[in-house]
Amino acid sequence: MKNQKDNTQAQISRRQFLATAGTITFAVATGVFTARLFEEEGGVAPSDGSPITAWVRLDKSGRITVFNPAAEMGQGSMTALAAIIAEEMDADWADVHIEFSPIEPDIYGLQWGGKLGGPMITVGSRTVRGYYRGLRHAGAQARYVLLYNAAEKWGVPQPELTTEPSAVIHPASGRRMSYGEIAAFAKAPADIPDIPEAQWKKPEQFRLIGHSLPRFDIPAKVDGSAMYSIDIQVPGMVYAAISRSPVNGAKPELLNERDVRETEGLIDIVRLDHGIGLLAETFEQALKARKNLQIRWSEGAKAQSYDSQEAFERYREMAHDEKAKGDVAASEGDAARALQSAVKIYDLEYRNDFAYHAQMEPLNAVVSVAPDGKSAEAWVGSQAPDTARRAIAETLGIDFSQVKLHPCYLGGGFGRRSMADYVEEAAILSNHIRRPVKLVWTREDDVQYGAFRPIFFHRLRAGFDKEGKLTAWNHIIAGTGGGLLDSGARPQYYTLPNLHIEVRAVDEGVRTKHWRAVAHGPNKFAIEAFIDEIAAGQGADPLEFRRWLMKGHPRELRVLEEAARMANWGSPEREGRARGLAFIERSGAYAAGVAEISLDRDSGQIRVHRVWAALDAGVVVQPDNAIAQMEGGIVMGISSVLLESITFRNGKVQQSNFHDYPILRMADAPESIDISLIPSQEPPAGIGEASLPLMGGAIANAFLKLTGKPLRHMPFTPERVLAALEG
Amino acid sequence: MKTSFKLNGKPVQVETAPDATLLWTLRDALQMTGAKYGCGASLCGACTVHLDGMPVRACMTPISMVAGRSVTTIEGLAGEELHPLQQAWIDEQAPQCGYCQPGQIMQAVALLRDNPRPSREQIIAYMNGVLCRCGAYLRIIKAIERVSQSR
Repeated sequence: MKNQKDNTQAQISRRQFLATAGTITFAVATGVFTARLFEEEGGVAPSDGSPITAWVRLDKSGRITVFNPAAEMGQGSMTALAAIIAEEMDADWADVHIEFSPIEPDIYGLQWGGKLGGPMITVGSRTVRGYYRGLRHAGAQARYVLLYNAAEKWGVPQPELTTEPSAVIHPASGRRMSYGEIAAFAKAPADIPDIPEAQWKKPEQFRLIGHSLPRFDIPAKVDGSAMYSIDIQVPGMVYAAISRSPVNGAKPELLNERDVRETEGLIDIVRLDHGIGLLAETFEQALKARKNLQIRWSEGAKAQSYDSQEAFERYREMAHDEKAKGDVAASEGDAARALQSAVKIYDLEYRNDFAYHAQMEPLNAVVSVAPDGKSAEAWVGSQAPDTARRAIAETLGIDFSQVKLHPCYLGGGFGRRSMADYVEEAAILSNHIRRPVKLVWTREDDVQYGAFRPIFFHRLRAGFDKEGKLTAWNHIIAGTGGGLLDSGARPQYYTLPNLHIEVRAVDEGVRTKHWRAVAHGPNKFAIEAFIDEIAAGQGADPLEFRRWLMKGHPRELRVLEEAARMANWGSPEREGRARGLAFIERSGAYAAGVAEISLDRDSGQIRVHRVWAALDAGVVVQPDNAIAQMEGGIVMGISSVLLESITFRNGKVQQSNFHDYPILRMADAPESIDISLIPSQEPPAGIGEASLPLMGGAIANAFLKLTGKPLRHMPFTPERVLAALEG
Repeated sequence: MKTSFKLNGKPVQVETAPDATLLWTLRDALQMTGAKYGCGASLCGACTVHLDGMPVRACMTPISMVAGRSVTTIEGLAGEELHPLQQAWIDEQAPQCGYCQPGQIMQAVALLRDNPRPSREQIIAYMNGVLCRCGAYLRIIKAIERVSQSR
């Protein structure tokens, strides 16, 4: 590890970047663990050209390093993005090596408004779809530079050249030069043109896109060498724990500072707005000191009176209030009038509890503020590393350029690591002591100071005319968490005349945040369960009913049909079991799923035995990884649907660890999950969240079929299942 | 307090507080960070290591219990080549975020040493204490079966 001075010198400003990027060897590099000016033995010496692609570094040895701008939290995009670049630059995959890119959003940000350079965020299943075109272009430009150099060397017109994996070829003379050989003399051309899409590879030429490659990060994840931020150690580092307000917004008053200071190994106590920080020689000493804290918390925080069970009653009133005006998510035709004139109305309510991210690596960060306070270095696993970098800069009152952030692997994110609260805390503590600080949240901290998928109350109404035609659709969503309530509320793949969808949100002062697939889990559950209840009421088969709703949506219908085919829909159910169907759209992808369940009627325990799911996500860059994402989303989905519930009483979170916030274990995973990827040449869609929102509807619908009873409140705990059976 | 034990076959001596746990001693004092902190309460299994060949949750194992004994962590599993289970984990592309996987693998190694040809039910029963939030369970089972069935 470099000392503080060297690290400060390694800051990357945009100007420095551009000054050094005009070479094939991109001159600034960062690894997971090291930060340094990159002058690798065997690399190409910098030359005087104008800037070229910042995405690829080529060594004389032939090694091709591709920079990954996205967080790697298990979703596999690190490998997928590299494959996209390598495909267009015609790299031999065996030569490709992947490193995290610097946290420079101007260069490495997502495609935003048509071009790269948006924020560096790994959220909303955006990574592959947000980089696909930009990185194909970057790869094509890298290939151009190689062709240009070979043409100069051989003195032949560039159009006479072509490439094969990791080599430039001159077919007319039979000459061949490897990319590594080119690296030895290459210079950047004065100007790298845009490469028009017509010159990119055709899908039938793909060797990497659409072909499953072993994920780059997996070997390090099976031998213990993968570095998460919790594994980072920096010389002189101290450890920190924080006691945070049990009610969001409460302020601490420390009552026994002198006693706590006696704790062995304690270095300092730091007052924060929302808690008391403890700095110690070891983490266990920090925890021991924390145990001895006596804190009086201020009264009167907004969240203090919050009770999540009582809140449902208020949300119910809000949803039923005919005069209330919320945020209209969609409104077409006249749903109110169509409901008035309907001869049959379905008017049902659905609910879901708060859910906690439960990423396996609790939040943590290492921040090292320089002795003069004018620069900082940080090691963080973040879904929004530029936000984290900015948070440190703002905390310290220094420029963004004075913060160096080393991205680490994330031990799960699911939306929680798109916040920078934990990074900011570490920055405050390190600034206080001006030494490197590793702040670790215990699991209890992670649960109790969580930021949750919000609680939802749904009122869904559908009206039918005397011909039995659906004429009205009204969905009112009430809850807390503002902008987190509306995603997926509109099922645009169903033809719904006269629809009205509205969100009525109230701020309760509790912490909420995006959670894998955001509102899609709750909304798709409510919509899909409602559809099956309507279908049952109309005497229609759930598949038949959806087919009818999907008229005019052939792409979506094909996905539905594929899942039905896989599950052999319509065949007799196995003894004691039933299957349920659901359909969703998320991040541009369409997914349909069937879950087969059984029920222990004495305990109320639901078991999911088999799941089948079909996915149309456009071009799938890494098929096996897409399947893994679908499998994982299904397991996490079942977990959230059957088990997961955060409750508040008097503003306090009542759960604290996996004993009272259980997540699905191996024994409760389905026996089989079958995934079908539908071939498509549509642009890539998001995959990481495409299966999770299926499970609420699929399980509720299987239960309805098995028992004739609806489940309308997630999670479907044994108590709620037994109550539903009674009802 | 000084404690001597064998770590991945090599003798080590470490100075800690008397009530330190094996997990934080491994991670912070000995810089052996493969075993992960997940819950601190033996609920998730991310910290699973072997103590004299038996799988234990390092987060609840006091360092005093380790004196004179032998600890194996994920870092000590491979010899010249990867352990067959590590290779199977790669072949099945089992990990996602990977954070729980050192615990999963250490638990699976102990399983196959005791029972080289476990049934699927036996695999699940033995592995059930190790949580995976990414939901990679079916691939973990496949990876274990890949090794057990090749024997």
